[in-house]
Amino acid sequence: MTDHNDAGAAGATAAPQAGANPYDDIRSKGFPILTRTNFSDVTFLLEVEHPAMARAAKPGQFVIVILDEHGERVPLTIADFDRDRGTVTLVVQAVGKSTRQMQATLHAGGTLYGLVGPMGVPSHTSSAKKVVCVGGGLGVAPVYPQARAFKEAGAYVIGVVGFRNKDLVFWEEKFRAVCDEFIICTDDGSVGIKGLVTLGIEKALGEHVDVDEVVVIGPPIMMKGCVETTRPYKVKTMVSLNPIMVDGTGMCGGCRVKVDDRIRFACVDGPDFDGHKVDFNDLMLRLKRYKAQERDALERYDENCRRLQVPQDAGGVR
Amino acid sequence: MARKTIRSIPQLRAHMPVQEAEVRAHNFDEVALGFDLDNALVECERCLVCPQPACIEGCPVNIDIPGFITRMIKHDYRAAYDLLTDSTLLPAVCGRVCPQEDQCEGVCPVGAGGTLEPVAIGRLERWLGDKAIAEGWRKVSHIERQPFRVGIVGSGPAGMACAADLAKAGCRVTIFEALHEPGGVLRYGIPEFRLPNSVVDAEIGAIEALGVEIKCNTLVGRLFTIEQMLGEMGYDAVFIGTGAGSPRFMDLPGEGLNGVLSANELLTRCNLMRAGQFPAYDTPLGLGKRVAVIGAGNTAMDAMRVSLRLGAEQVNCIYRRTETECPARKEELHHAEEEGIEFHWLTNPVEILGDENGNVRALRCVRMELGAPDDSGRRSPVVIPGSEFDFEADTVVYAIGTSPNPILGQTSKLKLDKRGYIQCDDTLATSLAGVYAGGDIVTGAATVILAMGAGRKAAASIKDYLGIRDSARVYAPEPAGLEGSLFGIDLAERNFTHVRLI
Repeated sequence: MTDHNDAGAAGATAAPQAGANPYDDIRSKGFPILTRTNFSDVTFLLEVEHPAMARAAKPGQFVIVILDEHGERVPLTIADFDRDRGTVTLVVQAVGKSTRQMQATLHAGGTLYGLVGPMGVPSHTSSAKKVVCVGGGLGVAPVYPQARAFKEAGAYVIGVVGFRNKDLVFWEEKFRAVCDEFIICTDDGSVGIKGLVTLGIEKALGEHVDVDEVVVIGPPIMMKGCVETTRPYKVKTMVSLNPIMVDGTGMCGGCRVKVDDRIRFACVDGPDFDGHKVDFNDLMLRLKRYKAQERDALERYDENCRRLQVPQDAGGVR
Repeated sequence: MARKTIRSIPQLRAHMPVQEAEVRAHNFDEVALGFDLDNALVECERCLVCPQPACIEGCPVNIDIPGFITRMIKHDYRAAYDLLTDSTLLPAVCGRVCPQEDQCEGVCPVGAGGTLEPVAIGRLERWLGDKAIAEGWRKVSHIERQPFRVGIVGSGPAGMACAADLAKAGCRVTIFEALHEPGGVLRYGIPEFRLPNSVVDAEIGAIEALGVEIKCNTLVGRLFTIEQMLGEMGYDAVFIGTGAGSPRFMDLPGEGLNGVLSANELLTRCNLMRAGQFPAYDTPLGLGKRVAVIGAGNTAMDAMRVSLRLGAEQVNCIYRRTETECPARKEELHHAEEEGIEFHWLTNPVEILGDENGNVRALRCVRMELGAPDDSGRRSPVVIPGSEFDFEADTVVYAIGTSPNPILGQTSKLKLDKRGYIQCDDTLATSLAGVYAGGDIVTGAATVILAMGAGRKAAASIKDYLGIRDSARVYAPEPAGLEGSLFGIDLAERNFTHVRLI
């Protein structure tokens, strides 16, 4: 499955030796992709070399990626970072034009035109004694470093992750290594609990009355469901919001969300907020702002691919 | 040459062509086309070359205006350019975007009587700047290397001006820019028809030619902190010129509707991300047909004129005061009016109304009137009771100013003032030793030239801090006249013996 780098390209882009100053040569553009792993026909993982970013990154932060000169700025949560290798790991779900194009064109040995970050306020790894870390869809990967951080801080960690079916499950071993309990939920019940992650949360909260905090990362509809699940238990629930963004540095205000009836910018005030105070209807409405253009761009892209006979799944599972 | 007087100079300003309003409202080409050589020379003749020029004092970077005009009259354009660039690094930019009517042209004695227009200093500056770009002139700097490294945060006008001065002083300068292209507000904010990208590229090229390194895609504060720059990264001094930052909203009902956005977002999408060329470029714009822009500053003018060019059928300006208080540059307001933008003075929005799909449908406004003058002497607008009315719109753009960007405050120990801007003393030094700041992140939203002025001032302070001789001072040769000479021999040489060399 893993598309490891060949020797030639690896020589030029090998991770720097330990001890080298990561700030000596910060790249301005053209960020080397070291490895690519395909998780499913739509989800893949990129490991990108950026020693300074690997050193600065903390759980809960995100980056902005630009595919090429004509590309848009795409915010992606940092799924993992490796300070020794000097790399950050991003998970991409190919659902729109830009991400589909990334799937088709980005491979180990290639480069990203633009990569900036880490952005956002790092997640606060509280002194909670018992936490539930919930990930669904694109949120499974980024919840992993949070679970790891809580584990390192000495907490009892319950991991809850959701997938469509057994074949799409990834990082199970990684999660089990940092979780005291691990619950998988699948839509078809092919592994673990049959149903949504909210069932997994119910189970965890039912078995443990002393949970201090729940961390949820995933699509807005899932986070909304999880927040409603934990509300009756009055357990603090942190969510990571993913509104539409342009610059990611607090300059455009496109990512404004309503939290506790106040306007907050997800890029500089977040992306983590107290889920019980977030207006998810506002978030979901605003995420639809460019629906027509997004559909347009995707159709046009698909049409062009067909015409040029570029195989759609050029980057798909091999 | 007889001394020029107010009566002997050309009475009317030389002609500068502009694109016709009907044509330009639909393209992104530059509106003001600039002087040609003949007209530039006519305009130069209008300068009285005052013995105590007010214009130099009126310029935030103290350009020797009569000096460069005199050289232009002598057709020595290269010398004029060299003199101009002793003070400003970006003549082609400043000639286009400075509010000259409040600066050099505002104090020009030619215009003081009120009957004549002042010398068109900005247009002359632009002509020289463009000439330099066309001819490929570069200011030759004799740089004496110094062992210091300076890091600059932000590649906008403040950062560029500071970088240039420090590079000329021999420092190794690195600029860090968070976006993927350098230029700051010149790139993402000011639209193509007012400041073409080619001009920005040329001016950035001039900075890089001085040896300044620009690192894009680098978010200082998050990738590394100011403290790390001074520590493990080994910078001897840091300048912060990150700009004003976060757009303000009004907290009106309906602000979450789709179709409500900040002018910053609209301009960034259009200028930096080229959303106007969607789908060739991936960033969508999502602009409607009836656009209401709240605010009447330069950013509002840019947002309105961009909207018009991107296909909006009707563009309206909503401002709660009158035209007299409108803070935009006069020329921009005038151009916007010509292009058919409708201005609604003394109008204030109170609510944004949406349709069943969550899109903007209308803007509810009230009429205002000017009340009694407040402490600052400005007459503040008050609501006329019962004057509520609805205004059809599908896009609402906020251009009502900015709040400070929080990133550096969140990530460093820099002291901020009570509004959240970086606190500085008179030398622009911050609370951290070796860290200086200037531009909008210190003063709040202002102009390109004021930011450049702050950048230069900070550069001078940094040179002081590092103990470098002031390289900004230009040592002009002494004028060689007969004064102070003895029978034509310089007094200093009167005891010299003349030796014939064989």
